[in-house]
Amino acid sequence: MSEAVARARPTFVPRGEGWAGWMLCLPAVLSYLLLLLLPTLAAVLLAFTDYELGAPGLAWIGLGNFQELLDDRGFRISLRNTLIYVGIVAPVSIAGALALALLIEAATRGRALFRAVFFLPMVSLPVAMATAWQYLLHPTIGPLNAALAQLGIAGPAWLTSSDTVLLSLAFIGIWEAIGFNLVLFLAGLTAIPRELHQAAEVDGVKSAWERFRLVTWPLLGPTTLFVVTITMIRSVRVFDSVAVLTQGGPNRASEVLLYTMYTEGFTFFRLGYSAAITLVFLIIVLGLMLLQTRVLDKRVHYG
Amino acid sequence: MAGIVISGVRKRFGDVQVLRDVSLSVAPGEFVALVGPSGCGKTTLMRIVAGIERHDAGSLDIGGRQVGGLRAADRDVAMVFQSYALYPHLTVAENIAVPLTMRRLSSWQRLPLLGRFWPGARATRAGIAADAAAAADSLGLGAMLGRRPAQLSGGQRQRVALARAIVRSPKAFLMDEPLSNLDAALRVQTRREIVDIHRRVGATTLYVTHDQSEALTMADRVAVMQAGQILQVDTPERIYADPADLRVATFIGSPRINTLPAEIRADGMVMVAGLAMGLRAEGAAGEATLALRPEDLRPDPAGTLPVVTEHLEFLGECTLLHARHAGLGTALTLRLPPGATAAQGPFRLGFSAPRALVFGADGRRRAVRVLEAAHV
Amino acid sequence: MAEPRANPWPCALRLAFLALLGLLFLMPYIWMISASLKPLDEIFRASLNLLPETGGTLRNYARVFENVPVLTYLWNGVVVCAGILFFQLLFAVPAGYALAKLHFPGRDWLFGLVMLGLLVPYHVPALPLYVGFSWLGLLNTYTALITPSIISVFAIFLFRQFFKALPDELIHAARIDGMNELSIVWRVILPNALPAATAFAIFSVVAHWNDLFWPLIVVTGAERATPALGVLTFRSEEAGDDFGALMAASVIMTAPLVLAFLFAQRRFVEGIATTGLKG
Repeated sequence: MSEAVARARPTFVPRGEGWAGWMLCLPAVLSYLLLLLLPTLAAVLLAFTDYELGAPGLAWIGLGNFQELLDDRGFRISLRNTLIYVGIVAPVSIAGALALALLIEAATRGRALFRAVFFLPMVSLPVAMATAWQYLLHPTIGPLNAALAQLGIAGPAWLTSSDTVLLSLAFIGIWEAIGFNLVLFLAGLTAIPRELHQAAEVDGVKSAWERFRLVTWPLLGPTTLFVVTITMIRSVRVFDSVAVLTQGGPNRASEVLLYTMYTEGFTFFRLGYSAAITLVFLIIVLGLMLLQTRVLDKRVHYG
Repeated sequence: MAGIVISGVRKRFGDVQVLRDVSLSVAPGEFVALVGPSGCGKTTLMRIVAGIERHDAGSLDIGGRQVGGLRAADRDVAMVFQSYALYPHLTVAENIAVPLTMRRLSSWQRLPLLGRFWPGARATRAGIAADAAAAADSLGLGAMLGRRPAQLSGGQRQRVALARAIVRSPKAFLMDEPLSNLDAALRVQTRREIVDIHRRVGATTLYVTHDQSEALTMADRVAVMQAGQILQVDTPERIYADPADLRVATFIGSPRINTLPAEIRADGMVMVAGLAMGLRAEGAAGEATLALRPEDLRPDPAGTLPVVTEHLEFLGECTLLHARHAGLGTALTLRLPPGATAAQGPFRLGFSAPRALVFGADGRRRAVRVLEAAHV
Repeated sequence: MAEPRANPWPCALRLAFLALLGLLFLMPYIWMISASLKPLDEIFRASLNLLPETGGTLRNYARVFENVPVLTYLWNGVVVCAGILFFQLLFAVPAGYALAKLHFPGRDWLFGLVMLGLLVPYHVPALPLYVGFSWLGLLNTYTALITPSIISVFAIFLFRQFFKALPDELIHAARIDGMNELSIVWRVILPNALPAATAFAIFSVVAHWNDLFWPLIVVTGAERATPALGVLTFRSEEAGDDFGALMAASVIMTAPLVLAFLFAQRRFVEGIATTGLKG
């Protein structure tokens, strides 16, 4: 809209404004080309080659890398694990954050305190917190299993058993994501005009559930959509906790997309193959964004 | 038909006493406008009546029922908000239907998806849709039932808000500055529409506004409020011509009423700048204020108010003459016929004595008698 | 909501529930601090006592400072974050202003590039960038740590949106007063950009202080390691199962941002929320 107006305006361009515009953009443009556009295009091209670091040359192998990905059991596990991880972290951290936001917003007392508490993981060094989790979840000396032992339950080896490792990582992921989502939901809630809640009261809404259905949920639509998208994108990017705690183990049970890409590229130096994984990762992220802007966006904006 | 009785209501926000002992009653079917400057507590009072805000003390009675302890949903009132407060995700028809949906359908029948198949839901929903469409039609919204609020103009949104209020027959209508977001022309038109609706539906209406012309033109009675108190409740004519309090006199009327510092002598004579005004006030002697409407002043060589012309303001249907009292320096405004011209320099003003208002030092109105000898 | 006769019960229930949940949320912090103060044998007894039986010891912290170049890590973190933020603002503020307020050929095209850049996660160009830095012999340098992040399309986008909301009259008035475009940026736009800049600064510092992915790729050894990398190296190389020291190191590396957050809580939350919502 504003774009169209700007373009439609008769182009009265003060002398030197064009020059000034380009000069002001120049540093950004140069670094954009050099550090973002070029490497990204290079990564895309690399995905179609057999380049390995230190190798004398490289050959164009077309879809060879992707063919290999399809046959690579390790990659299939990695992709599946990533989807499971996102499938747990996104819904739980979104629903949990929404419930928490409603609860915190319901009264004034303690609002700032609780917001700060749940937000704390956002600003804490993930590597350090992962180590704290490792201690907390340690099978023999960890407080969690010690507490379970008091109840007569033998706790599992959370991070070292292939049955529980992905769940444990997902739990840590939820713990990290919930504060960010909470802050977004709180911002969305305060943006709902108070008069709408009051109109609902006068119109005969009595229960909190009805008020949520009539006013809060529909008006929170754009926020919710955004939170859903960003949470999925952020959890597809899971890397730190895996790199610190499990290195993809045991037996690939916690191998995830970015970690596979990292090991292929920087441990085995198979850059072409790693780039192909990067491309898969990029396509997933772009797909999620497309879902947001093209499909769902129209359903939550009431213009 | 039911009335509203507010008695002894108090409200405090932190250190600020917003309402101090407010009492007001609206007779069944009556239209009362609550007018006052912003911040005087009028909106708070209305929200207390609606049940959106809780009062600290006093009692509320709507339709013969004590509602002080009831929540908004149980008070059976309809409210039109200043921002209209339309549900942006619902169509015009759905917006208007909300109060009916909430009251006629059980909570089972309102369940998403499943509720449609609950026994009786279908027939009730059809009835609701018909009633909502009828309410929309009566306000000329029939062609817009399927639109969302964002697709409507300000005036149309305003009418959807009105339709949502009249769709059921509440015990009372509460309107909180419903016209303040409209442009001037639309405001005058909608003013008449609201009066028409009131006449047709005959519902008890409490109408909050800061615009005195709205209050005077629309209401059966006007309540003037200032600093958390109701100063006077009366018909528009009497509020204008017969204000009980200096604050009412100065708030109502545009241009503002002229006020002159005066003195009531021991014999009751009202003096301004040492000249007798031909009025005798009752009550104690002392400082006072003589208040004169701009249309009650006129140039008169034998008048008792010596003034100097400042400038003329041509307004089309009349001309305002701005002058200053020669002795006191007080500004005075006269409303004159459109073609009027004024002599430059000093001249004298006379006024219509029966319409002169005298207020004591406490701001309360004093009864006066007009002396025969004076110029009338 | 404003219901007459508020029931005290839901209120108390809400507080109790939130407090319990909040406590569970803080568990990793509580146990991290607790373990960092316990002697090793007590940690290995896996007792559920939060308070160290012996009254606590700072030996773990001492061991960390003896064996780990903690201050180097922290200093590296500061240099990297400050360097990145400096260049991000230096490049993004003028560009954001030009895209928002100036008319020049190719502007819409440039903005299209910005939007395109927003779609690409920073992991994607990482491989070729690594090859490039390796080829230039720049691995293990501040340059390698800082350079890839100096261009933030998100910052350009954020400032562009922010400047678009500023009235045109402000800039016209400055031009009439005789300022050239650069001094308009410096003297009119920059002071007005402060709220957006603060929000973005918080976002940027949090992101880069906490980042592990890129430092892990371009840095080996302690000399240029950032706090995140430092904790990781310490964990895998030296500490092994020395949880006391490991927790102490974690506390030290986490503390700066957490303390900053606790002191400027509102700013942090608002900064992350505004940048989050716009991104």
